[in-house]
Amino acid sequence: MVGLDLLAEYLSKYSPILIFIVLALGFGLVTLALSYLVQPKYPEAEKLTTYECGSEPFSDSRMPFPIRYYVIAMLFVIFDIEVIFLYPWAITFYDLGIIGLIEMLIFIGLFVVAYVYAWQKGALEWD
Amino acid sequence: MVDVGIKLALTLTQIASVMGIVLLTVALLTLLERKVLGWMQDRMGPMEVGPYGILQPVADGLKLFFKEDIIPAGANRIMFSMAPVLSLVPALIGFAVIPFGPTWNVEWFGVEFKPFVISDINIGVLYILAFASIGAYGVILGGWSSNSKYSLLGGLRSAAQLISYELNVGLAIVGVLLLSSSLSMVTITEAQTGGFWRWYAFAPLPFPQFIAFVVFIIASVAETNRTPFDLPEAESELVAGFFTEYSGMRFAFFFLAEYANMILVSCVATVLFFGGWDAPLPFLQFHGSLEHLEWLSGMFWFTVKVYTFLFLFFWLRATLPRLRYDQLMRFGWKVLLPIALGNIVITSIMAYIFS
Repeated sequence: MVGLDLLAEYLSKYSPILIFIVLALGFGLVTLALSYLVQPKYPEAEKLTTYECGSEPFSDSRMPFPIRYYVIAMLFVIFDIEVIFLYPWAITFYDLGIIGLIEMLIFIGLFVVAYVYAWQKGALEWD
Repeated sequence: MVDVGIKLALTLTQIASVMGIVLLTVALLTLLERKVLGWMQDRMGPMEVGPYGILQPVADGLKLFFKEDIIPAGANRIMFSMAPVLSLVPALIGFAVIPFGPTWNVEWFGVEFKPFVISDINIGVLYILAFASIGAYGVILGGWSSNSKYSLLGGLRSAAQLISYELNVGLAIVGVLLLSSSLSMVTITEAQTGGFWRWYAFAPLPFPQFIAFVVFIIASVAETNRTPFDLPEAESELVAGFFTEYSGMRFAFFFLAEYANMILVSCVATVLFFGGWDAPLPFLQFHGSLEHLEWLSGMFWFTVKVYTFLFLFFWLRATLPRLRYDQLMRFGWKVLLPIALGNIVITSIMAYIFS
């Protein structure tokens, strides 16, 4: 019965959120559909060209972009996971006592080592 | 079975009112922003539509609704159409876990029910952060699928900015989670009730989270793409950034999402650092024989706090010039991140000493 009770509690707590997601999505799609029904539609070749300050677009936009963005994304993935590890520790802080504090200070120390390394390597520079 | 039906009806009513209030607030904010900016620059702001221009949002909304929705020939049609919705939905559903008033468990028609929060889940903070990250997909997909150089650059800049500052948001709230021992927005608010000296931004013991609050609010301004961090849509260099190619209702959706996000981060800042619906001084809250009216004063104070933060957003926009991109990245990674990390270390040590 314990498992079923837990399931019932989860359902009662998370079903409003699911309903909200469905309603928000519905609001978006219905508004777009209604707007589609009432709006004028006069497509012209000139109108549908890509905007480039009034001149003819001279190349495709699917072009390479600086590797910096990729490096930032990688750093984000690494650091964000470390931040997520801090959350369970933070909410059980008062139960863990001194052991938890010391362990997490070591963990944050490792975080800082990675951070200083990325800084020294110039991954955070932007020029 | 009847219980489930009543529960469903109550939940639907709640969701409909929250969505309605948020969308109306967005409409109001578009007017308020222009009025506030106008006053700060010693002019009147919009004055033409209705008395003192108060019907301007209606006129804007109708105009956008009836405008032709252009999809550029080179665009990736499916992603181009879906990106605005993908950007709007996460901004709206974050409100599902925000407690707008006192935590009551009332019984209506034999069903237990919390009137001022749609769902009190025990991972509320994590839920908001998770969906805030999904909002970044709308921005980058919109930028990439437009097949325009301005949009692509705007989308890339925006994605890098969003993820950089999201890290700081995530770090800034760890102190609050530590003090409240909970991820539930309701529990965090309840832990702060009793006056402004118990709000986490000011509570002197074990360590006031005011620095964390400043980091949080700066990172939130950056996450909502507001001035001085509005580089993704820097008009002078990128036309309109990731939504350059958008028109009509899809453009309006990006606009709605930006303003809904502003309201959401104001609500989150209110709940995490400023006690949510709690009154700054205890006697400013209805209690004792008037306790059944507590929700009225609670919602009043919540609204006051949220609008204070929204005013701050407008004020910043009127005051500060836009940062350069390298300054933006340097500030996020080299200034805010160490401060937020230091705050966690100090808070945890102080909390241990005073526990």
